Amino acid sequence: MSWPLWEVFVRPRRGLNHQHVGSLHAADAEQALRNARDLYTRREEGVSIWVVPATAISASSPEERDAFFAPAADKIYRHPTFYEVPEGAEHI
Amino acid sequence: MYGNDIPEQPGHARLLDEVAAAERDLTGRGLGGDGTEGGADDYFGAVIAADGKIEPRDEMPEAYRKSLIRQIAQHAHSEIIGMQPEGNWISRAPSLKRKAILLAKVQDEAGHGLYLYAAAETLGVDRADLYEMLLDGRQKYSSIFNYPTLTWADVGAIGWLVDGAAIVNQVPLCRCSYGPYARAMIRVCKEESFHQRQGYEILHVLANGSPEQKAMAQDAIDRWWYPSLAMFGPPDTDSTHSAQSMAWKIKRFSNDELRQKFVDMTVQQAEVLGLSLPDPDLRLGEDGHWAYTQPDYDELFTVIKGDGPCNRQRIEHRRAAWEDGAWVREAATAYAKKREGATV
Repeated sequence: MSWPLWEVFVRPRRGLNHQHVGSLHAADAEQALRNARDLYTRREEGVSIWVVPATAISASSPEERDAFFAPAADKIYRHPTFYEVPEGAEHI
Repeated sequence: MYGNDIPEQPGHARLLDEVAAAERDLTGRGLGGDGTEGGADDYFGAVIAADGKIEPRDEMPEAYRKSLIRQIAQHAHSEIIGMQPEGNWISRAPSLKRKAILLAKVQDEAGHGLYLYAAAETLGVDRADLYEMLLDGRQKYSSIFNYPTLTWADVGAIGWLVDGAAIVNQVPLCRCSYGPYARAMIRVCKEESFHQRQGYEILHVLANGSPEQKAMAQDAIDRWWYPSLAMFGPPDTDSTHSAQSMAWKIKRFSNDELRQKFVDMTVQQAEVLGLSLPDPDLRLGEDGHWAYTQPDYDELFTVIKGDGPCNRQRIEHRRAAWEDGAWVREAATAYAKKREGATV
């Protein structure tokens, strides 16, 4: 009998996103939060914690890495550096 | 609360700088910068060659996966078993301050074990299975934890020498090719430096105390020095896993290189303490490295095989803790089930 796996996300301080820091086992969400506090924030590394059942995460497959992300690769016009700005134009 | 008054340890800042640099490299990699743009046929080989990171669901050779599981699990087991020699002194620490520090340290060791089990699980193994393999002896832990902690000074010697050797071993692992292991090691190394300093401080206080206290500190160093040297594993000529691990960029330095680095750092630290290392043949060579007496590798293998002073006791204690805790695990599971039913 093994407790389910939870993925842990910590907001290091106000103004930053939650970041994935690792995983742990716990019987339920409440215990997962307490374990996450003890495991990942013993030195004030966070001001907020999310725990998510690992089975609830859908991930893109590494095997499809090229095909899946290909649509972004040939659209360099999405970056501001693609455009020529005439001499003398300011604040653009 | 815990005012520290000890001299800075030489070489220490440099090791921590290496941890910080490894962390910067992880976050600083450019967009998609795994060095494999253009879809290489041998994705794994290309990532390794480009010094990139392999991540959990990437394709990887089965032998790489197995080797990592073995190493990370063994590392995790060492942290968990490593709680025992020092845990032995929590109730007998000489002051409330020392007790609070030791509790925090032992709690960190539990944390390190859990970071590492989590990293191992990303390779598709279950923590419960790894735990089984520790308890029935199929997987090993560091032989250093099979030595007893006879006096309070041993807690100091473990922090300074054992954790010091562990740091030298672990800092290069912050650049290991497997992402989850590298990230876990960065966390571990940052916390480990407090462990080493608290041990060094204990010895510094004892070395400047009564003659009996100084003798106790010296005795602890005499007993822990050679087992600490043995922590780096057998000499390069006899090391079975090293070459392949280096090629895969799991290991970055050989056992003997790391051992030499540890000796070079430690000799000067012992001088500052006013205590000696139990090696009459320590000599500073012309190349700037200290020549030293090798540990007894026959003893190392005897201890690894299970015949060290405390092997049976350590595993027995762990098994008892696991079995005695069964009702807690069952109760938490039952409670979770009950609440799940209640909210539907």
